[in-house]
Amino acid sequence: MRHLLDTRTLGREESILILDTAEDMAAAQQREVKKLPALRGKTVVNLFFEDSTRTRISFEAAAKRLSADVINFSAKGSSVSKGESLKDTAQTLQAIGADGVVIRHPSSGAPERLARTGWIDAGVLNAGDGTHEHPTQALLDAFTMRRRLFGRHSRGRDLDGVSVVIVGDIAHSRVARSNLWLLRALGARVSFVAPETLLPYGSRAWPVAVHHSLDEALRVERPEVVMMLRIQSERMHAAFFPNEREYARNWGLDDARLARLREDAIVMHPGPMNRGLEISSRAADSERSTVLEQVANGVSVRMAALYLLLSGERAGGAAAPEPPQRGDTDHRGGDA
Amino acid sequence: MATRTVLEGAEISRALTRISHEIIEANKGVAGLVLVGIPTRGALLARRIAETIDRIEGSEVPVGILDVTLYRDDLAHHPTRAPQPTEMPVAGIDGATVVLVDDVLYSGRTVRAALDALGDHGRPRAVRLAALIDRGHRELPIRADYIGKNLPSSKEERISVRLQEIDGVDEVTIGARAEAGS
Repeated sequence: MRHLLDTRTLGREESILILDTAEDMAAAQQREVKKLPALRGKTVVNLFFEDSTRTRISFEAAAKRLSADVINFSAKGSSVSKGESLKDTAQTLQAIGADGVVIRHPSSGAPERLARTGWIDAGVLNAGDGTHEHPTQALLDAFTMRRRLFGRHSRGRDLDGVSVVIVGDIAHSRVARSNLWLLRALGARVSFVAPETLLPYGSRAWPVAVHHSLDEALRVERPEVVMMLRIQSERMHAAFFPNEREYARNWGLDDARLARLREDAIVMHPGPMNRGLEISSRAADSERSTVLEQVANGVSVRMAALYLLLSGERAGGAAAPEPPQRGDTDHRGGDA
Repeated sequence: MATRTVLEGAEISRALTRISHEIIEANKGVAGLVLVGIPTRGALLARRIAETIDRIEGSEVPVGILDVTLYRDDLAHHPTRAPQPTEMPVAGIDGATVVLVDDVLYSGRTVRAALDALGDHGRPRAVRLAALIDRGHRELPIRADYIGKNLPSSKEERISVRLQEIDGVDEVTIGARAEAGS
């Protein structure tokens, strides 16, 4: 693997390899000495153009536990706010000698651009881009499901036939998209539940069942996994639903719905949660809830991704990058 | 160069029986003994040695599996290796005499990685090394305490250990490097 940009192009075998590797990483996290020397001497840059403390510290913990050196770069207060382009930033990282770049960007496709243009040799890991994808989140979700379902026997398993219902703001959710592609590759059945206004354009062409009513979805799909998405009030610039109370009543996982879930069902949430809006406190704190496991598993999965991306031989240009495009950005002389 | 069998099933079994006796003798019994195999075939050999010791002494020796992939110093020089499961005995290895078991001892780098990995799991009283085949060409100051067979070989040759559990046959062969093997 050279880059991890999305889950849409990730096959079943590759996904299982990442999940199995994460099992080994998780086992190492149970020991007194949590650190592994696998990426000693490698430099990982966390390049965050968008704030996300939990994703950043998760990647930072993952890289450090593999003994890599970590440089955190936040766009706020950096040269980006002075107008520096992504290309210039990439070339700076190249000059620093970054082996891996973890990038979060508000624009869909930014990690892909970084990976494909030949601006930088480093392995690129998408930590969320616009409304496109968030592959490590989907992988940690799949990892959490597999562990809950199969326990000690998770290794090598896929999620064939598992019913997963994803509820909420699908339109703005890269988590929902990444989960859909990955879960499909692993053989799960996926359903989206959302008001029409929160479904992305074109989603009816995707391999997913769509429901508008959460009650109906729970009855029809009998899900083993209910994944609640956060209502991203910071992205709600238009009226997508009448008001929060109505959203909570129609699409929130309240105590009554929690009680109606099948006995073995689990409740997932990528965090941070809006308690009382998309999820009730009882649901969030119940035995079924995997919220904190997801956080812990996030470190193991990110360790696996970083290891698989950065440990092997890095033949220059293995992914056949496009030739540097002259003229698309100014070429400055001297040090970047 | 044709592939030639250097050890057959019965010879492997005899070698493992001898190693088992040597381990018991050096350890003056089985007290505080832990066998730790290096995947894939070292883990199988460790299990067989444990069974043999159980037959001889009538007591079970804890067996662990120690994957050393993440501790190798040559990760950047080979295609990415997928790690394999590590399972340590529940009682741990603190204060124990750990016998590391591998199929072929060659450069010594795997053993170096194993020593590092072992150190992250606990602090054994002593660590010994058992190998079914010692083919020489050491790159580090490491030697085995228990050896099934010394097999001086050229670097151009390839030693393949096949075991019943995964290969369907017990044998050690020597052949040209280009040939397929373990």
